[in-house]
Parts: sequence; structure tokens; C-alpha cells
Amino acid sequence: MVKRVRNFFKGTYLGLMLLFLYAPIAVLIVYSFNASKTMGNWTGFSLIWYRALFGDAMIMRALGVTLSVAALSAVIATIMGTFAAIGMHSMKKGTRLVIENISQLPVVNPDLVTGISLMMIFAFIGLKDGYTRLLLAHITFNIPYVIFSVAPKLRQSSNELYEAALDLGCTPLEALIKVVIPDIMPGIVSGFILAFTLSLDDFVVSYFSTQGVENLSIYIYSMARRGINPKINALSTLMFVAVVTLLLIVNIKSIREERAADTQRRKVAKKTA
Amino acid sequence: MKRTVFAAPYAVWMAIFIFAPMLLIGYYAFTDGGDFTLANMRAGLDAMYMQVLIRSIWLAFRATLLCLLLGYPIAYLLSRMKHGTATLLSVFFVVPMWMNFLLRTYAWQVLLDSGGILNSLLISLNMPGQQLLYTEAAVLLGMVYNFLPFMILPVYTVLTKMDASHIEAARDLGANGMQTFFRVVLPLSMPGVISGVTMVFIPAITTFAISRLLGGGMFMLYGDLMENQFLLLNDWGSGSALSFILLILVIISMAVMRRAERQAGEEGAKLW
Amino acid sequence: MKKLVLAVTIALLLTMVSGCGDAQKGDAVTINVLNWGDYIDDETVDVIKLFEETTGIHVNYTTTASNEEMLVKLKSPDSIYDICFPSDYTIEKMVAGDMLHPLNKENIPNLSNIDERFMDLPFDPGNTYSVPYMWGTVGILYNTTMVTEPVTSWKIFWDEKYAGQILMYDSIRDTIGITLKMLGYSVNTRDEAHIREAEAALTAQKPLVKAYLDDPIKDTMIRGNGAMAVVYSGDAVLCIEENPDLAYVVPDEGSNVWFDNIIIPKTSRHTAYAEAFINFLCDAEIARANTEYIGYSTPNKAALALLDEERIADETYNPSQETLDRCEVFRDLGDFIEVYNKAWTRIKAA
Repeated sequence: MVKRVRNFFKGTYLGLMLLFLYAPIAVLIVYSFNASKTMGNWTGFSLIWYRALFGDAMIMRALGVTLSVAALSAVIATIMGTFAAIGMHSMKKGTRLVIENISQLPVVNPDLVTGISLMMIFAFIGLKDGYTRLLLAHITFNIPYVIFSVAPKLRQSSNELYEAALDLGCTPLEALIKVVIPDIMPGIVSGFILAFTLSLDDFVVSYFSTQGVENLSIYIYSMARRGINPKINALSTLMFVAVVTLLLIVNIKSIREERAADTQRRKVAKKTA
Repeated sequence: MKRTVFAAPYAVWMAIFIFAPMLLIGYYAFTDGGDFTLANMRAGLDAMYMQVLIRSIWLAFRATLLCLLLGYPIAYLLSRMKHGTATLLSVFFVVPMWMNFLLRTYAWQVLLDSGGILNSLLISLNMPGQQLLYTEAAVLLGMVYNFLPFMILPVYTVLTKMDASHIEAARDLGANGMQTFFRVVLPLSMPGVISGVTMVFIPAITTFAISRLLGGGMFMLYGDLMENQFLLLNDWGSGSALSFILLILVIISMAVMRRAERQAGEEGAKLW
Repeated sequence: MKKLVLAVTIALLLTMVSGCGDAQKGDAVTINVLNWGDYIDDETVDVIKLFEETTGIHVNYTTTASNEEMLVKLKSPDSIYDICFPSDYTIEKMVAGDMLHPLNKENIPNLSNIDERFMDLPFDPGNTYSVPYMWGTVGILYNTTMVTEPVTSWKIFWDEKYAGQILMYDSIRDTIGITLKMLGYSVNTRDEAHIREAEAALTAQKPLVKAYLDDPIKDTMIRGNGAMAVVYSGDAVLCIEENPDLAYVVPDEGSNVWFDNIIIPKTSRHTAYAEAFINFLCDAEIARANTEYIGYSTPNKAALALLDEERIADETYNPSQETLDRCEVFRDLGDFIEVYNKAWTRIKAA
């Protein structure tokens, strides 16, 4: 009984927190079906913004830029960041602290300053291509987050396994790939997801560091000056539905597998008993 | 081959895209047309700017505290669930970040506005309507909303990695739930808490879009001030000076966090 | 979790490939256009697409949010832009900074469609560098259900009756400008005492203000959540269309009349193509589509003649000469803008 009450409170708490996180998203979705152009002023159900969305070449191009930069920068940052974390982990404490602190600069520095300083350096080295600028900028601010996610895992994982692998004749690289990386995989994965998400979400750094290329954030911000067009709500709704569906499929499958494995284990246990 | 070699590509990257641009900022902060000057720094330490800085720190501090109080229990509850369920749920706490943050913040306006959904709810419960939008509380809410996942993730990551046998051992030794939590779980999760605090506190000090959209430009924060200097006034000298001051502040707070982390580590070690 | 990441990545890579495809189109000339957000018709007539189809010139269209940002982007030594739409005082600054390309008017025959009233203005004498695109006034948008007295003066923004209901524009020149007008000074004053007076007035007003906003001012007024706001006339047209309780007035003390003109930066390498684009925008039908979509007033008299009577008779959209006579155009203040900037920073930081 006590347990049930406790579970009820746990469930309610998580539910309330999810409500808090999803309330504004629900608003965005609801108003994507609004006949009026103004959010908060419901005049009737309509699909006009969805139709308009697909005819909008600028939004489609901005979407392509956003997604490709997010995917590429997250992959590159995850690889570089993971190796950097591993390298830093085995450094002497002094050196490590210096590098760790410097690498936190883009995290702690205001986006605005990171964006402007990158703009200055790009102008300095004469890099004109807006897409490359965007990609380099996103990799730069993503790497530290990957390190952030991986480093605690490295600290928790014991060095003994790695040593043991070396003793058993692995080369350091083999030991790394076979022992260390699987051990810190959850950190790498959360680093990748974090990097991808941050890249999708970034506005300020992108806005300053690039030119002539627009991702969704830049597009939305300049649009915000003249009123958010519900086409953007429609796009967000579609992206949201796509992401949630994808995640649900993958996760429900893995929950089922886990359950199946559980039952299997129980059966085996029964039999051996 | 030493493992430190793996950090080499990143070190080079860092030098070009982090360190060199920082030097440029320093250059602008201390020069005027190529000559050394302290005028920018003096302007940056003006009482009016300091007032803005203090306001920002105070707001960021409250936002961080709220994120910790709200986010830690989420991470804890998730980490105690079955793996599959926990992964699914934790994903749901991250998914909101996949929606553009300008749009989500914009949507809060619709929720908080005088004729908005929250007020209609209050009125239908026979409570007086409130001016929620364009208040300091709205800015705080916007910060907590935007940064909460940054607190949940690192804490959750550390908690899932925690060895369940530690908790069992504490239980076996007669600790009750509260004791187990405060003497074992919390100290062991400190590295995650500290990453979380860093990832919330510092962006919160420098946020500018949130205070503009939800605070209605009534509560100027340090980020707004810097945007103002760079974009509106095109005054790179004083803008760089402000970033420089902020950077020093950040370094100080990071030193404090590091200390806290070390202490947390020692305490964790003391337990065992 | 691993599978999850894989699935997401694959899905994204697929979209990415399809997204990149249309970015590379043959060897056609591309002009880079930098405009304000939502400042060209892409719904009724897709102006950009139509231009591309008619001329075969490819347009890379991007947007930005303020004059100051346009200036920053065009000043950059590696700027790539061929067309931009800054406002009057910014154009004057760009001319002073030798940043603009003198237009070859032979390439812009449609220039004859532009009303002489909007040509040869002090910020660009003889229209050497710029062609008018949109124009309007700054005034008071108020909700007639909340404000029942006649609105004739900027002073109403200082009336304590309306505490918490007042929306101000988050813009240096506009907000300090209307305060200067209220105090009886020029919007282009270079007298520090005038600015100090305006700063004191705005600081004293701050407790009455609900918010300093730029774009969201429109939504807030449409939803009926503010009694009065400082707005551009074009935005007022849109707001009144959505909420008929709203009304717009240019106060008796006078105000600012502004122009967003089309320019070609000196760094452009495709000036003839850019001029073709300007000419296209000056076409009567195209200018009509743009003004109807944006809601801002067109300086194109041929386009104006095509609009419905109701629109032409609308004093908000098409103010009388008498109203315009009360209004001043912003001038570039050179280094004196520092005084405005510092006052503004103090007001906002208070």
C-alpha cells in the first residue's frame, strides 16, 4: 500500500515535469492548425500552413542546412571529443587541468562572444563559404559537451581492465576500442545526442559565424521581427512527430526485447531449479 | 604510443578555433585603433554595468537552484527504473530540445499572457488573473525551462553508472532510505551535479533571448548588455571588455566548482 | 540506445542528401540578397521564384533583423551580398562610409514608377545609391475599448492611468525619437541637454511600461493585451486588420517618417544583375503584390493605382500630406549617436 502511494507520487511528479516541458510544444502544435496567422488568436481549424510549408523553398533549404550541420557536426565532435577525453584522462594532472579549463571556454563563454570571435577568426583566415563556417563553428562548441559527457564515465571506469587487456597482449589502440570505449559507451552516446541537440537548437553562434547560409534558427529569428509565420509551427509539428515516432519505435522494441530476455531468464532459472 | 596522443587533434582544433579567437577578444578589449588602452575596461567596470551583472548572477543562481531541485529527483527516479523504461522516459525529457528554442520560448508568451492559457485556468478556478508575462518570474521560468535538461542529463548519466551494490550494502548495514540517499547516493552523484550546475549556471548568466522574449526588455541581463554593445552599438572595444570581465568571473566560479568536485570526490572516497 | 542513435543518424543523413541536392544549380549567376524577415511576397506571388524564372538569375535569399546587423554584415571584408534593404539613416551612413555602388539607372527603367515625393530625399540626394522600397510613419496604436479619450499626443504614454498597459518599441532611434518629439525637439537633435531630458522622461516612465518589445508588439496588441503601443504604420495596418478594436494615430507633436530603400553594396560583383532585380521590384504588379502582402506603404505610384479604393483611402496606410508635414526623416548622426546609445543603455539597464 505504502509502495503504491509512493509510486503514485513518483508518477505524478514525472508527469507534472513532462507537462511543464511539453506545454509550450503543445501550444506550437495546436496553433499550427489555426486559420489565423496570429498565435493565441484561434479562429478555426485549417491545414493551410501545412500546404504552404511544402511550397516554401527557403524553409526547406534552411531545414536541410540545419539537419545536415547537426548530423555532421555531432559525428565529428563525438569522435574528436571522445578521443580527446581519453587522451586527457591519462594526462598529468597539471596539463589536464589547463586543457580542461581551456576547453570549457566555449561552454562558459557567452554564445554571443563565441559567435563573434569565430566570425573574427573566419574573416582573419579568409574563409568565405558560409556552410563550412557554420559546420566548423558547430563542431567547436559541440566538442566540449562530448568531453563533458565522456569524462565522468572515464573517471568511473577502472583503469585495471585496460591494463589487463594490455597484459593479455592487446595493443593500446585495440585495448581502447575493445575495452575502454564499450565501457564508456553510454557517455559517448549521450555526448552525441547532446551535440546533435545543441546544434539543432543553436542560434546565436550560427547567426554570427556564418553568412549567406541560413539554418532554421536564423530564419526564425529574422522572421520573429515580422511575426512568426505558422508555417514554422507546421514544420516544428512535423519534425516533432517524426522524432517521437522514431524514438518510440526504437525504444518500445528494446523494451520488448528486454522483457523477452527477462522471461527467458526466468524460464531458465525455473528449469535449473 | 602514449594515450595522451589521442587528445592532439583536439588540441590543435582548440588552438585555432577557441584560443586564437579569445586572443582577438583580448586584443579588442585592451586596444583602441591598435594602441594599448585601459579605457574599455574602465567603462566596463562602470557602476551601471555592475548592477546589471549582479542582477544576472542572482537570477542565474536562482535558476540553477530550481533546476537542481526539480531535475535531481527526475534523474534519480529515472535511474531507479528498469533500463528500457528509463531510456524511453529520459529520451522524452530531451526531446523538447529538438524543437527550436526561440519557438518554444515564443510559445511561453502565449501561455503566460494576460489572456493566455494559464490565466484562463486561474480564472476558471475562481482565482484572480495575474500579469505573468514580462515579469522577472517569467524570465526565471524561461531559464529553468530551457536549462532543465542540461541538469537532468549529467546527473542521470552518473546515477545509472552507480553500482547498485553500494546502495544494497548501505541497506544491509541498516541505513534507511533517507540515510542511504544522503550518505551514499548524493555524495557519489556529486560529479554529475557539478557538471549540471556548470552547464546551467553559466549559460543562464549570459542568456539574452529569454530575457528579451519573456522579460519584455524590462530586466536587462549581462547577455543583453553585451549584445547591445556588439550588435547595436558596434562597439567591439567595450563589448570585448565586458566579455573579458565575464570570463574572469567564469574562471573564478569554475575554480570554486573544481574545489567542490575534489571535496566531493574525497568524501565519496572517505565512505569506502 | 545504440540502435536509436544509428536510426536517427541514418534518417538525418537521408534528409541531408535530399536537402543538399537543390542547393547546387548549374552555372547560372547567383545574386545574394539580404532582406528583413518576411519582407517580400512569397505567398500570393512568389516574387523570388518569378524573378528567377523570368531572368534565369539565381537568387540566394537571406534575412536579418536590424539596420545595425545589416551594417555589420555589409562592412565585413568578405561580404558576399549584392542587394540589401536598409533604412534612411543607415543608407546615409553607408554613403558616408563609401560602401555603396552608384546605380546605373539605365538598367532600372521602372524607376519612373516611383512617386517623386519619395525621390531625392536628404539621406540620398538624387537617388544616386538607392531606390525606395517601402515607407511609413511611426505612431500610436491603441485599443479603443481601453482608451476612450481622444489620442492626440505622445504624452498619453506617460499617463499613470495606463500603468502596466503601455508597450514601447525596443529601438534606440524610434523610442528616443518620439520622446524628443513629445518634448518639442527634433528627432535628429545633437544637443546633449535634449537627450538628457529625454532619458529622464523615459527612465521615469519605465515603471508604467509593460514591456519594451519589437515584433511581438503586434501579437500583444492583436490579442488585446496592451492599451497602447509605439508601432510602424505598416504593422498597424496588419494589426487593425486582425483586431478592429485597434486604431492608429500620428500625434500632433509630429513623428518620424521612414524609408526602407534598396541598395547595392560596393563589394557586389554582379551589379548589373542586382540592378535587374531592383528593376523587377519596381514593376507595378510586383510592387503591388509586395505591399499587399507586407502591409507597408509602397512608394510606387503605379502600384498604388492598382490597389482597392479602401486601402488608398486608409489614413494609416496612405497618410495625408498634412500628416507627413509633421514628420521628420532620421538623419545619420555620425559620432553623436554615441550619446543616444549611452542614454539608451542606461534606460534599459535601470
